[in-house]
Amino acid sequence: MSDFHPNAKGGFIENTLEGLHFALSRALYAESSASRAGVMQRLDPRVKVAGVFAMVITVALVTKLWLIAAVLILAVGMAVVSAIPIGVLASRTWLGAFVFSGMIALPALFLTPGTPLYGLPITVQGVRTASFLVMRAETAATLMLVLAYTTPWTHILKALRIFRVPVVFVVILGMTCRYILLMLETAHEMFESRKSRTVNRMTPAENRRLAIASSGVLLHKTLHMSNEVYMAMQARGFRGEVYILDDFEMQARDWFALGAFASVAAVSILLGR
Amino acid sequence: MHIPDGYLSPATCAVAYAASVPFWRIALKRVKRAMNSRQVPLLSLFAALSFVIMMFNLPLPGGTTGHATGIGLATVVIGPWAAMLSVSVALVVQALFFGDGGVTAIGANCFNMAIAGALVAYVVYRLVAGRSALSSARRVVAAGVAGYVAINFSALLAAVEFGIQPMLYKDAGGAPLYCPYPLSIAIPAMMIGHLTIAGLAELAVSAGVVAFLQRSDISLLRGTAGKVREQEEAVPQAVAPRSLRPLWTGLAILCVLTPLGILAAGSAWGEWMASDYADAATRHQIATASMNHAAPERVPEGLVRLSSVWTAPFARYAPPYIRGAAFGYLLSCMFGVGLIVVGFLFLGSFTRSATRAGPDSA
Repeated sequence: MSDFHPNAKGGFIENTLEGLHFALSRALYAESSASRAGVMQRLDPRVKVAGVFAMVITVALVTKLWLIAAVLILAVGMAVVSAIPIGVLASRTWLGAFVFSGMIALPALFLTPGTPLYGLPITVQGVRTASFLVMRAETAATLMLVLAYTTPWTHILKALRIFRVPVVFVVILGMTCRYILLMLETAHEMFESRKSRTVNRMTPAENRRLAIASSGVLLHKTLHMSNEVYMAMQARGFRGEVYILDDFEMQARDWFALGAFASVAAVSILLGR
Repeated sequence: MHIPDGYLSPATCAVAYAASVPFWRIALKRVKRAMNSRQVPLLSLFAALSFVIMMFNLPLPGGTTGHATGIGLATVVIGPWAAMLSVSVALVVQALFFGDGGVTAIGANCFNMAIAGALVAYVVYRLVAGRSALSSARRVVAAGVAGYVAINFSALLAAVEFGIQPMLYKDAGGAPLYCPYPLSIAIPAMMIGHLTIAGLAELAVSAGVVAFLQRSDISLLRGTAGKVREQEEAVPQAVAPRSLRPLWTGLAILCVLTPLGILAAGSAWGEWMASDYADAATRHQIATASMNHAAPERVPEGLVRLSSVWTAPFARYAPPYIRGAAFGYLLSCMFGVGLIVVGFLFLGSFTRSATRAGPDSA
């Protein structure tokens, strides 16, 4: 996973526990953040999904750095009025995206052919292409974080219907989200109980065996749970057809927000070509 | 491997989405037909499993760590089409909610890892496993190789997608707009990491969990196993050695066809001889094959020095004492094949005698 784990050091069990805890805390934080009072939280999920996706595509399309920077500032503004602290943005998105994309972009400074920059071994074109890479990754990640932290995840998935995603796919996505949390918790408990019984440092080979055995056990639990869930679905009347409640309703502010997203995207694309 | 936003152009992303949609449709249809309505919880839970497995940072030989995608394992247990859907769903959830992989690149990530990965893993698994028994070690090896080849194929696809970006999209000043590295950098950069670290993690998880399932619940391997030898639990019987006649016939046909190699014009890239640098036509071929980079005016000194160390008796597959090029090619081929066969016969007899001597000497 490309998420940044600032304290990821220690043994295999500790690192895995930390990774699982990080994913769980992100999901739980998103749930609490989506229920706060904020501008984005009040909007219709379909508007948010369409608007944020349009902005991400805009960032990919435009070829001017200042426009990408402007969209990034707009995304930060959206986060601020939606009660997402800047510190959360910095720790959960900016740092990780900067480290990941920065490492990939760094050699481009030297390898991209072009005009040398002030006599240095880097080129103007190299700096530009590296900036594109980092800025686009940062801006898109910020936009997606704003969406994920201001909207219940089930609502985001339901809103995917506007892109004609099949209902069955939306239902599978929704169930996956729910069971990811359960599986993360199960895996967390498995590793925690193992850690409590481990008194010495484990060798890499032992760690490998532990990881593989844990994957196998999780696979068994998955299949067992799948049967149980299916029986529970049948007990509730599931006969192979899936339906979802389309209970979203557009308000005046949603239409206004949709217009604003569309205008920003259209103007940016026109200016950024 | 999870391509973030901004690395691929919108056009590349659109093509990847367009390429993925038919596979998703076929997969949904096939899975629906095969598993009926049980598919919904099974696919969801396998997607969740794939997500969690991706979080296990496996310790690998050499002190490094890597994480698997679970594509090899999912393919072996639930089949390529269901695996394709499950891993796609896991990738969509990762992109939407966990910032792992870009939203614009979902199509590319799903195509590389879930679609191509599952299909390659399935083909390799079936080829390597053959009709071996469900409990055989060959199935473990097959699952490991399937995972390893699948993840590397996915990485190669991602590298090609990265590598074509600077060829297609640059601004007016010549700065690449998306991934800045050409194929010559993107492919080795991606493949070195995957052939060594990520590939090993995938291999370990796929092979390890299949070995685990052989002991705990072997029926889970039946779905994708195809025809399996019946005498699985029976005492192994003496099997008659397979006839090697078809192999020899094929080899003889290939030998006879070797003069076709003369039809190919020019030398293979990087296999030039010192004399080629002096020949104008060959110099032109070198430049054309090297993206218009002209060959050096003088023959590289190291090449001159080292090329004189050994003179091959069949240089360029054209022995000097044979006039006809085709016959020279054929003779070279037969000589080469003969040497290899004799070499292996010698190795075989040596191994047999060592095995016979083993118990006595112990």
